[in-house]
Amino acid sequence: MAKRKFNALPGFGLTMGFTLFYLSAIVLIPIAGLFLKSLEISWHDFWRLATTERALAAYKLTFGASLVAALANAAFGTILAWVLVRYEFSGKRFIDGLVDFPFALPTAVAGLTLANLFAENGWLGQWLVPLGFRGAFTPLGVVIALTFVGMPFAVRTLQPVLENLEREVEEAAATLGASRIRTFFSIIAPTLLPAVTTGFALAFARAVGEYGSIVFISGNIRYQTEIAPQLIVEQLEEYNYPGAVALAVVLMVSSFVMLYVINWLENWSGRYQN
Amino acid sequence: MAGAPSTDSEALRRRAGRVQSQRGTEEPPLIKWTLIAIALLFSAVFLLLPLVNVFAQAFSKGLPAYWNSLTEPDSRSAIRLTLIVAAISVPLNVLFGVAAAWAIAKFEFRGKSLLTTLIDLPFSVSPVVAGLMFILLFGLQGYFGKWLDAHDLKIIFAIPGIVLATVFVTFPFVARELIPVMQATGTEQEQAALTLGANAWQTFWHVTLPSVKWGLIYGIILCNARAMGEFGAVSVVSGHITGQTDTMPLRVEKLYNDYQGAAAFAVASLLALLALLTLGIKTFLEWRQARAYELAQRAVEELS
Repeated sequence: MAKRKFNALPGFGLTMGFTLFYLSAIVLIPIAGLFLKSLEISWHDFWRLATTERALAAYKLTFGASLVAALANAAFGTILAWVLVRYEFSGKRFIDGLVDFPFALPTAVAGLTLANLFAENGWLGQWLVPLGFRGAFTPLGVVIALTFVGMPFAVRTLQPVLENLEREVEEAAATLGASRIRTFFSIIAPTLLPAVTTGFALAFARAVGEYGSIVFISGNIRYQTEIAPQLIVEQLEEYNYPGAVALAVVLMVSSFVMLYVINWLENWSGRYQN
Repeated sequence: MAGAPSTDSEALRRRAGRVQSQRGTEEPPLIKWTLIAIALLFSAVFLLLPLVNVFAQAFSKGLPAYWNSLTEPDSRSAIRLTLIVAAISVPLNVLFGVAAAWAIAKFEFRGKSLLTTLIDLPFSVSPVVAGLMFILLFGLQGYFGKWLDAHDLKIIFAIPGIVLATVFVTFPFVARELIPVMQATGTEQEQAALTLGANAWQTFWHVTLPSVKWGLIYGIILCNARAMGEFGAVSVVSGHITGQTDTMPLRVEKLYNDYQGAAAFAVASLLALLALLTLGIKTFLEWRQARAYELAQRAVEELS
């Protein structure tokens, strides 16, 4: 029945044909091109290019800073989402609207303004730098920029789950004599965990590929504040194409793995929603 | 919710019960206000200050200096290029998004979930890697490089390359907004239009498009914001030729590296305005949708 109804609409061949053509031209062929290019490099060379000392330092910073930033977002993003859903205070709607700001703001502008804020004479830097908290041209700066770009993912993934949380369950727990802390850890936290984890993974995946905001705040110091995408750009500028391709394949494979994990996590967190 | 009609006394009783029970489901004031304070501090440092700082720094040397940094030839050419690139890449992705959404939402076929995953793929590719892929295809060392060079065609370090890189990074925006909306509206209305003698184009233009209009606008503004603000992918393929292949974000970087902070912030302030405008439209659309949903629910309640 359903099948026959669908067939009555026109345009399947045309739209499907165009979709497949456009998808191939813009996405699939370029990605295939990258992997084909990497096949031209022998295994031995590929391994050598992908694991140079400089590359290892860059991976360490990229994945390490992304991890710290995603954890910060999981913690503060959860508090922010909780406060926005559960409490009433003035300016709440304004902040709620502003949560998407890092998503809408071009990354170059984010990097520019964050570098300026945390620099020695910046609004925040003038207080923080004397305390030993250097945000510009340090690995900490990379974490700051990545926290900024990842924040909307953590907050927006959790918010709908919090809104749909049934208060009755908490009421039942309270009626049965559970303290608020006990209710939180036994009732609320397990329900939120999948969404918090998904938000964490989304923020992490976004952070690993990030480039625009970091070039401004990190200073791109070799072995210290150079992230993997920045190293790809450096290799390209030196016309070292095999080096750039090897690094790009490593990044690409890791983002495919993360995509798979995120899909799995989203199914897992979907359990609790109807 | 459905079933027994709620009388006034019943509603009152329910409300009274809620007030009582909240004691058990609320945090002590101290914890509550500590959490609010943390949230406010976090959003001040990571949301409000970065935003205000853009404009404060942009105007730090006064209005005339601000105006001059926006109207000097290189910045003007960057603004023009950004507008051109968005004007080409956004319509391309809108066309694709509408076609893909039509095929995916209105028909059943095998491999549908694979296709949806592939459409989302560009979101998980690092922008720098995206730029690199186009260099590998069209750069001088790339697969088509020799052929393009022999025919005197320039893609990399020229506008076509910038457009391609932008199209790649903004690829999923329109499609992923439209697919769920088109799925939700079903196919009955289109069936009816076709039965009444409308042709395919009329059906799409007068029936489908109005029903997905807001989802489409939502997708377009997100796509446009990213297209105008893209940095990484464009930076790799542009070649950074001042006055020719610098888009606004690239211009910001160049001014920043030349220690022209205020000028960099002036150009950046336009991009920040674009972000605010995008957020404004987005908030309006969400508010509109929430209100429509509420009205529909109330209508259902009144009917039952």
